[in-house]
Amino acid sequence: MPADPSDLRGKVAVVGVADIASPSGRLDKTMAELEAMMVKEALNDAGLTLQDVDGLFTARSESMGTLDLAERLGVHPTVTDTTMTGGSSFEVHVEHAAAALALGLCEVAVVVYASTPRSGGAYRPGQAYRDWNPSRPSPMLEWEQPYGISLPMGAYALAASRHMAEFGTTREDLAEIAVSTRQWAAMNPRARYRDPLTAEEVLASKPLCEPLHKLDCCVVTDGAGAIVLTRADRARQLKQPPAYVLGAGTHHTHSIISQMPDLTVTAGKVSGARAMAMAGIRPADVDVLETYDSFTITALLSIEDLGFCKKGEGGRFVRNGTLRPGGRLPTNTNGGGLSYTHPGMYGIFLLVEAARQIRGTSGQNQVEGVDIAVAHGSGGFLSAMSTVVLGSEATT
Amino acid sequence: MSDNSPPGLDVPESAVAKPFWDGTREKKLVLQWCPECDRSVHYPREMCPRCMTTDLVWRELSGRGVVYAFTVQHFSAVADVPVPFVIALVDLDEGARLMSNIVGCAPTGVSVGMPVSVAWHPLADGRALPMFSK
Repeated sequence: MPADPSDLRGKVAVVGVADIASPSGRLDKTMAELEAMMVKEALNDAGLTLQDVDGLFTARSESMGTLDLAERLGVHPTVTDTTMTGGSSFEVHVEHAAAALALGLCEVAVVVYASTPRSGGAYRPGQAYRDWNPSRPSPMLEWEQPYGISLPMGAYALAASRHMAEFGTTREDLAEIAVSTRQWAAMNPRARYRDPLTAEEVLASKPLCEPLHKLDCCVVTDGAGAIVLTRADRARQLKQPPAYVLGAGTHHTHSIISQMPDLTVTAGKVSGARAMAMAGIRPADVDVLETYDSFTITALLSIEDLGFCKKGEGGRFVRNGTLRPGGRLPTNTNGGGLSYTHPGMYGIFLLVEAARQIRGTSGQNQVEGVDIAVAHGSGGFLSAMSTVVLGSEATT
Repeated sequence: MSDNSPPGLDVPESAVAKPFWDGTREKKLVLQWCPECDRSVHYPREMCPRCMTTDLVWRELSGRGVVYAFTVQHFSAVADVPVPFVIALVDLDEGARLMSNIVGCAPTGVSVGMPVSVAWHPLADGRALPMFSK
């Protein structure tokens, strides 16, 4: 019998969540401390204990991340996963965890992430690529870095440049994404930036990698988060309303930006289509969208690739406040990476907020009547996309 | 060379790319080519990513292309680089796409679709970086 990914629909749920960030951007704790805090908080949220955990997922830049993590936590897992696709790692983890849980390879899975670029020393994006190993030469060092490009920002600027030239997208269109996201952040007491923001301020901010300016870029903060997943039958007996994993999909098209086949089309076109097909939904069914916004262009491309509008029409789509509170597609309802928090790999926060929106516990940021929430992660340089569709009890 | 080009940083050379870098010593743009697919393979690889042949050859290209996308960068990680400068993806006429700098004109003079041709930026070790100008 042929395997069918849609067999996974609704079999597994997010049952515990936790995240932490501070308006100062600093948490002044070690990464190990933050991981422990988040695991404890998410398990408490679910009404589970460390002894229940037999699936462990994390993404670290250093190797064998789950071995160190499990040892510190005192967990002896049967499912272990250090998949590292950058910011989308945690959406990939949910997909892998859902399959593992549904097959009975583990019973309770924890996904955790912590990073302290703000307080833990200088933030050096891409540092891992900077060591030349003749036996495994880095294409980035040989074919991109000699030209002085600042990464990751320069890569996203190239994509924005192409989108503008090909489709007539404007800096104002990109600015609207920063503005709408700030409106959501204004209601989140933990957000890095909450003051009202205008398109004029975005346009007038310092040019860094044109067409991207400073306020087209995410914040750099400390932050951490965790989620707990288990099978649907067990989820229904736990403390919180389950946020069911209705669909998941992953795809990547390249690693470095000069190898991206078409700078206006991301792997989200495939990951989103797969996740929505598994969930049996169309874009019009989505009540809230939590989509990666390392830069304004990241969100714009994803909105198109997930099918909320046609390719090239993202600029027009976001005008008139579509993504704002009260808009047709409430997007990045916690204030996003642009204004809430962005510790380097933002994907865990997308999942935490999507689950809270399904539960109805997002406080002032809560959207009325959310049954379907999409968390869409992006990793690398628009390289690795992973989409998770979460649903309420009513969708199962 | 040009007023707004960054100097060559520490530019590594992978073993598989040696013919490319050797070509730059003579100011020749020599790219890897798959004779089976009759298409360029760039960056250079051990195996054609389309047909898996390992019998890849090298071909000198015209050095002409168009700007596919570009960014004007207003800061530099390397001291003494005049800013702003232009980083672009250039689509060569023969089909490969390269990251490079656009030199010899003001950043405001660069546009997507603009035809460019190769201009060589010498490196201290005798190699050269392919850059592009109008």
